[in-house]
Amino acid sequence: MNIKILGTGCVKCNHLEAATRTAVNELGLDVEIEKVTDPAEIVSWGVMSTPALVIDDEVVMSGKVPSSDDVKRLLAAR
Amino acid sequence: MSAPTLAPTTPPSRAALRRWGPVAVAAVVWWSLYHWNRPFWDWVMFDVVGLTEGSRLGDSLHFFFYDVTKISLLLTGVIYLVTILRSFMSVERTRALLGGRRQGFGNVAASGLGVVTPFCSCSAVPVFIGFVAAGVPLGVTLSFLIASPMINEVAIVLLFGLFGWKITALYIGFGLVIATVAGMVLGKLNLERWVEPFVFETKLRGKVIDPSAGLSWDDRLQMAREEVVAILRKVWPYLLVGIGIGAAIHGWAPQDWFATHATGWWGVPLAVVIGVPLYSNAAGVLPLVEALHDKGLPMGTVLAFMMSVVALSMPEMILLRRVLKPQLIATYVGVVASGILLTGFLFNAIL
Repeated sequence: MNIKILGTGCVKCNHLEAATRTAVNELGLDVEIEKVTDPAEIVSWGVMSTPALVIDDEVVMSGKVPSSDDVKRLLAAR
Repeated sequence: MSAPTLAPTTPPSRAALRRWGPVAVAAVVWWSLYHWNRPFWDWVMFDVVGLTEGSRLGDSLHFFFYDVTKISLLLTGVIYLVTILRSFMSVERTRALLGGRRQGFGNVAASGLGVVTPFCSCSAVPVFIGFVAAGVPLGVTLSFLIASPMINEVAIVLLFGLFGWKITALYIGFGLVIATVAGMVLGKLNLERWVEPFVFETKLRGKVIDPSAGLSWDDRLQMAREEVVAILRKVWPYLLVGIGIGAAIHGWAPQDWFATHATGWWGVPLAVVIGVPLYSNAAGVLPLVEALHDKGLPMGTVLAFMMSVVALSMPEMILLRRVLKPQLIATYVGVVASGILLTGFLFNAIL
């Protein structure tokens, strides 16, 4: 499993990263979390509202900061 | 995330009560605090502490506490409502509405949408690339990017609270005109050569996720609460400093000082020259300009100062440098600043 955090480096992006790390640790998953900060690459994912969360090459959430429980639900749905 | 439940299926249910009950209680508490704000601080400052009404210290302290309370209440209430309304919009939806629009009507639409679309300045660059790569004309995109910070909810709340609805309406009206006309002018100049080439080469893949889709009322109310906390946390230092300086001016600057010293034609350009590089936000600037206006600074100069602080900010320009060449940024600042200058002159002439 591969997780990408799309965000230009704003406060909300760091919140998303923190929530994602918490969710991943609590689920005990072995995944790679990658941060994408290049705006052109972010847009090429079809995302304008940052931060966004990409799981296995699919955008699953954009434009909000979920709680770590929300991220767990998104991960469980994969 | 819960499934979209835009309307409750069973009327007045327990779930609806649990959702709207706290909102109703908060609304009553809010109204009471707002209503009793002035009598309360009158009582505290002049009866309990024993300061003299009309004295410098008394007036300054009263102004400070009364204004901090009033502006905090206004910000809380209006941001809450605005966030709920804006949760029905998104930049993705706006882009879909603007796609294929021509110059002219497209600029008008982009300015209006700039006001109602939720937009964080940290998303300015992805939004710019996303709009241009999807075929929204450059000038139309710029109209959106000018209107969005200029006519923001914090500025509108504070203008309304401190200057009343007429000035607020004029500010919004002229803000829209500046964003529309500046975008049209920039579009006519054919400045695509000053946009970084990678913007046009960006390919959009993947399906677009619209953050405004599939939200329940509980989601919207929660977003509104979070937004109130986030904005208050961001603006409170500016607010305290702005109101503090405002309070000092209020108590110590001589009455009508600006009316006798700052009514020359140069007032407006000076306001813009000071305002553009000044990094603050509406919350810090408005209490200050209220005090300046109170001492006789003309309204056009006040509005020009405020517009230039809010609409043109150094950090946003630095962000946009990633997609715009310096020539285009300079032209952008020049065109918007000219619009603000004209607005300031016009206001000073008619008000």
